[in-house]
Amino acid sequence: MMAPVPALRLEGIVKTFPGVRALDGVSFEVLPGEVHALLGENGAGKSTLMKTLAGMHQPNEGRIYIEEKQVEMRTPLEAKAKGVVLIHQELSLVEEMSAAENIYLGELPRKSFGRVDWKTLFAKAGEILTRLNCKFGPQTRVGDLSIANKQMVEIARALTVNAKAVIFDEPTASLTDAEKVVLFEIIRDLKARGVGIVYISHRMEEIFTISDRISVLRDGTYRGTLITSDTNEDEVTQLMIGRSLDLSRNEEHVEFGGVALEVRALSCGSLYRDISFHVRSGEVVGFYGLVGAGRTEIAETLFGLRTPSSGTVLLEGKEVRLSSPVDAIANGISLVPESRKEQGLVLGMNCRDNITLPQVDDLTAGPFVSDGAELAIFEQYRDRLEIKTPSWRQAVKNLSGGNQQKIVIGKWLAMRPNVLIVDEPTRGIDVGSKAEIHNLIRELARSGYAVIVISSEMPEVLHVSDRVIAMYSGEIIREFTAAEVNEDNLVQAISGIRAEKVA
Amino acid sequence: MADTRLKTIGELLARQGILIAFAIFLIGFAVFSDRFMTPENLATVIRQAAIIGVMAVGVTVVVIGGNLDLSVGSMLSFSTVLVVDLHDKIGPELAIVVMLGATLVLGAVNGFLVGVARLNSLIVTLGMLSAIQGLTLIYTGGKNVDILDQETTWFAIFGRGYVAGIATPIVMFLGLALFMHVVMAYTPFGRRVYAVGGNPTAAVFSGIRRSRLVFSTYLISALTTGIAALILGSRVMGSQNNVGQGYELLVLAGVILGGTSLLGGSGNILKTVIGVLILGFIQNGLLLMGYPYYAQWLVTWVVIILAVWLDIAAKRGRLLSPIA
Repeated sequence: MMAPVPALRLEGIVKTFPGVRALDGVSFEVLPGEVHALLGENGAGKSTLMKTLAGMHQPNEGRIYIEEKQVEMRTPLEAKAKGVVLIHQELSLVEEMSAAENIYLGELPRKSFGRVDWKTLFAKAGEILTRLNCKFGPQTRVGDLSIANKQMVEIARALTVNAKAVIFDEPTASLTDAEKVVLFEIIRDLKARGVGIVYISHRMEEIFTISDRISVLRDGTYRGTLITSDTNEDEVTQLMIGRSLDLSRNEEHVEFGGVALEVRALSCGSLYRDISFHVRSGEVVGFYGLVGAGRTEIAETLFGLRTPSSGTVLLEGKEVRLSSPVDAIANGISLVPESRKEQGLVLGMNCRDNITLPQVDDLTAGPFVSDGAELAIFEQYRDRLEIKTPSWRQAVKNLSGGNQQKIVIGKWLAMRPNVLIVDEPTRGIDVGSKAEIHNLIRELARSGYAVIVISSEMPEVLHVSDRVIAMYSGEIIREFTAAEVNEDNLVQAISGIRAEKVA
Repeated sequence: MADTRLKTIGELLARQGILIAFAIFLIGFAVFSDRFMTPENLATVIRQAAIIGVMAVGVTVVVIGGNLDLSVGSMLSFSTVLVVDLHDKIGPELAIVVMLGATLVLGAVNGFLVGVARLNSLIVTLGMLSAIQGLTLIYTGGKNVDILDQETTWFAIFGRGYVAGIATPIVMFLGLALFMHVVMAYTPFGRRVYAVGGNPTAAVFSGIRRSRLVFSTYLISALTTGIAALILGSRVMGSQNNVGQGYELLVLAGVILGGTSLLGGSGNILKTVIGVLILGFIQNGLLLMGYPYYAQWLVTWVVIILAVWLDIAAKRGRLLSPIA
């Protein structure tokens, strides 16, 4: 049997950065018409490999072949011209321009005197968007599109060239389930056209839905390739982190304390309405719902970042006014925010200073910040959360996603809060760190914290919560105890309402 | 092995580039001019750099906090004119108090517009640059001001006096820089300025009152400008309406040469001092080598561009990069 010619092949890629060997002799290939998933923990080298493929990094050693011809890709533009396109996790679109202009950015069709040929541009772009089943026109301003639709524009951009290989980096990170279905159709369509697809994701169920083969990286080295239909999640996980994971339902029985936080009839304009719930100390309450259901907005209100239009918040039975984060912190509320890079961390600052930031006023000796007090806190939480960093001086931007998230959690645990709110605690981090953070949340509850976990990932909510509150479009739909909740009734709680609204 | 040695040199350059550039300039000028390396000449340079240096200390704080302050040039004109004019009218003591108070009010306007109203700092302070110049002209009616009794007033101490044998401007410049360095590097306030400049959103999410903090950085740069006006007014004992014109760029040049990122969140007061001194030495060295006064403007620009480029290149590992 003749083996097909790989659309893209890497051989012995080595890439080093000051102090790190990010890729150590990695080989990888994707065949035409194949979806090849690339898996690995954060820091395993996926991003580096991907950027090398897309011409953003130059490898120190190793060779890249496109259809078995050795090539060099010095810039992303050169990579694209050779048929390798990267659909990036953080989208790189010009918000102020139309979808069509974005699709043909850098190669707009021209008329005489360098004028843009708008008619051709919109016609060609419209054609591609129709092929992708997009509901918006080529003249729509990209800034007005949803994240899912922006992603479609990126994909459309990939289709303008005769792409031989398309790399998807965490494409579903901010998509709804319905949007995900559309994306998968497009991937299958690309596949049918003989394009080789590299699919990077942390979400195991997606990888098993869409991929043909799975390759695993660990610590910058290649660990092996599995045929998707012949393997299972356990095997893949083991290859990735060297052990297997427990993601079962939470069946722990903990004695809860008194009510730490009670929310009565809280409303905030059109964001959420009539929200009432309570959290006892020692209890984890999970908020499940789609993106935009109002969960994050409730968290932000409790942290003093939004002013509710009506309703009351009680802490240990006493009504409190929370008009700024300063108030919330003074009242013992901590928020691990949704987006660690934008809201959680000062990326250029070192690990220690990030952890002590909210309480730096209290860590003083005379007028000065006390080095010893700061280091003590840093070391305590580094050890407790097993944060991996060469030194407290390391800037947090150099840490992996999982360790960054632990820094944010450490920062807020160090405030010794009564109520800890965690918004999307494991977004964009690898399974190994995920499990550690889940265990940590359970452990915190056991030691008496009242914890609110907001998550869009059902297994996560089921795994950590003692009670689950399902939200849809700004309202609480139903509340479940750990004993009664399961995937079916949770999905029903959300989709049932959706069906009613349609009918 | 050669590779690792090269890397260490590169890292050294990246981290201490400003100090190395400083040393190269000193050696270079010393080789080309035998009058350069005399104690008298060096003291003169530092003394001349003191006014820009004092202002740069304050502006560094604003820039670390993630903003710009271009209004300091005309603020210097205003404050110098004010203190010199009031000197004969209400006496030096009151004149100083009134001038510092008025300067702080101008800083508060900047601080309110940028910190509380969240307007873009470039636009606000560029507008203030012109507004304060107008204010100064309205105040003087276009006339220059001076102090009549220049020989006996104790006001001379700031610009012409000596403290323990060292010229007062040098003492004030280095003392203020050291004090502010300690504040920025070792106090909670300094830490908060770095946090707000590094990531304003995360700072708010950490319980830092961002508006109040940005406001206070503008008070600091106004205060240092007021102190610079004391030195300048006392040195010349008179003032033109536009005496501070162009200072905002020299100040900013010193801050940038010192390696403070215009994006905010990083920087160092002591390195600003070195940045300001490099500018001073370039100016002085070129004069001693016989170049015309205006040659320094061109050379200064080249030095700044090289400094900024090398700084960025060291961070990303190569001179030109397709991605930021």
